[in-house]
Amino acid sequence: MKQADSAATAWALVRQGNSAAMAIDERTVRKAAKLARLDLAEDRVAPMTRELVAIMAWIEQLNEVDVTDVEPMTSAVAATLPLREDVVTAGGDPALVLANAPRSADGFFIVPKVVE
Amino acid sequence: MPGMFGIRPGKWVMTVLDVRTARPDQRIAGETGDWEVIIGLEVHAQVTSKSKLFSGASAAYGGEPNAHVSLVDAAMPGMLPVLNKYCVEQAVRAGLGLNAQINLWSRFDRKNYFYPDLPQGYQISQYKHPIVGEGEVEVEVDGDPEPLVVRIERLHLEQDAGKSIHDLSPKETFIDLNRAGVALMEIVSRPDIRSGKEAAAYFAKLRSILRALGVCDGNMEEGSMRADVNVSVRRPGEKFGTRCEIKNVNSLKFIVQAVEYEARRQIEILENGGVIDQETRLFNAATGETRTMRSKEDAHDYRYFPDPDLLPLEIDPAWVEAIKANLPELPDAKKKRFISDYGLSAYDARVLSAESEAAAFFETVARGRDAKLAANWVSQELFGVLNKAGLELSASPVSADQLGGLLDLMADGTINGKIAKEVFAKMVDTGESAGVIVEREGLRQVTDLGAIEAAIDSLIAANPDKAAEVKEKPKAFGWWVGQVMKAMDGKANPAAVNALLKARLGLE
Repeated sequence: MKQADSAATAWALVRQGNSAAMAIDERTVRKAAKLARLDLAEDRVAPMTRELVAIMAWIEQLNEVDVTDVEPMTSAVAATLPLREDVVTAGGDPALVLANAPRSADGFFIVPKVVE
Repeated sequence: MPGMFGIRPGKWVMTVLDVRTARPDQRIAGETGDWEVIIGLEVHAQVTSKSKLFSGASAAYGGEPNAHVSLVDAAMPGMLPVLNKYCVEQAVRAGLGLNAQINLWSRFDRKNYFYPDLPQGYQISQYKHPIVGEGEVEVEVDGDPEPLVVRIERLHLEQDAGKSIHDLSPKETFIDLNRAGVALMEIVSRPDIRSGKEAAAYFAKLRSILRALGVCDGNMEEGSMRADVNVSVRRPGEKFGTRCEIKNVNSLKFIVQAVEYEARRQIEILENGGVIDQETRLFNAATGETRTMRSKEDAHDYRYFPDPDLLPLEIDPAWVEAIKANLPELPDAKKKRFISDYGLSAYDARVLSAESEAAAFFETVARGRDAKLAANWVSQELFGVLNKAGLELSASPVSADQLGGLLDLMADGTINGKIAKEVFAKMVDTGESAGVIVEREGLRQVTDLGAIEAAIDSLIAANPDKAAEVKEKPKAFGWWVGQVMKAMDGKANPAAVNALLKARLGLE
């Protein structure tokens, strides 16, 4: 599907009052950015909202497929979850763990003060 | 037991059934009438594994800063979590011990939030599909006639976070990731609890079950077990109020204090026309108060989603059956057995069955002996000494066999009950066996009737008035018994003293 088409579909859905597409407004975008610690410039909020609405609307089309009696797909690979035995095989090298830390001392990571 | 297995994830329904109204004596009197406190607990119990939930780093307590950290725990790019099979087994064991449904299909989700001691930026947890579903725990509360049944909503596996140390520098926080990724079981109860005392009893019962199963060491000082306490208040029998969550309460005493303080705080707000904000609060052990931890602005929004690094966890029912077949005897079953096999009171049976170690100690002492007497000596005398000295049972100066030896000396008449207490005190001090102490100190019971009679006769000769008086005042008899025992250094056979005194004083 061409992008213009999907955007058109999105707006069509919005006009019809489609719930998921409607759910994304500028407030939602600002909140999502804040929760994800993204510094979203003010002039990007409106375009980002339009893009997300379009993406959501595009995904909404999946609701047209009848999935009654179809088990949810949980992975693209036909494999079972591998498990490990309870054996200590790693650790013991604080210097390695701290190698990329901007600041460290006495084996600790050091970060700006966080107080609850 | 509810349906034993959940084969596929069912519909996840968040219904909270209100099954209990507080007893009148549990209500809290406010300015404008009575209130009822509603409590639910989320207990975090660390799995007793050697390595972490998703990495091969050591899960041992303590250690040099960041020495128990793998590149998975430090969230280095490209690292993948691999689930620890032992931890899965322990969660299944815990679920079976809580009479809960074991979900053969469960899934790990990411719980997203930012904090410096959480390097991944998310905690791997189980949200909609926990490994263990609904169960229930029977809780005996001291002084209550009926046990309380607390429903378990779920038990799931998740990662612990690292440790933030705020007091090493005024402008910085120091981070130690040794705990990051350690396996925790979160056990969530329904809001079935109606007082701080009940909440503490529930926590103690969970601890007892988890320790009996060996899935968690229950060490509250090291944080192996801690509770988030959800508290709300309402008018008796009405709809639930807004709840506050008090984080990381780590002792039974603090659970009681936190509930009492928080209930009072909420009642005061409501009676003054205010509303309760749903929020997370911290308990201050020094003051017994709770305070706001996170402001409403940062209200929880964890944006859970399935962890794409992990496939669903599917477990074989045959494995669950094998685990079930090898479960140890749990406290409730042990308690019932102590009542039926040893004839103990319900109270003694509960005290002695709560901890596997104490139960085994009692059974060693009771084997082939008077079980009720053994129960008294273990739970009263020995526990009394240990509590006073702040010792664990494993550090007891008197072994089960030694205590049994003391009981044998009483049973065969070598010493009487009074001397036994004296001998026991010396056993505690020296670690010697009862027999050695009795022989060395000449504490054998005097069963020589002639010697007892002689002591009685000289007492009567010295106290003719009292001898005449005792016929009118039978209560004065106790004085005579005491005097004879005293004259014989407490070593006389009490039954012989009684019989001979009665005869000599003409009381028969």
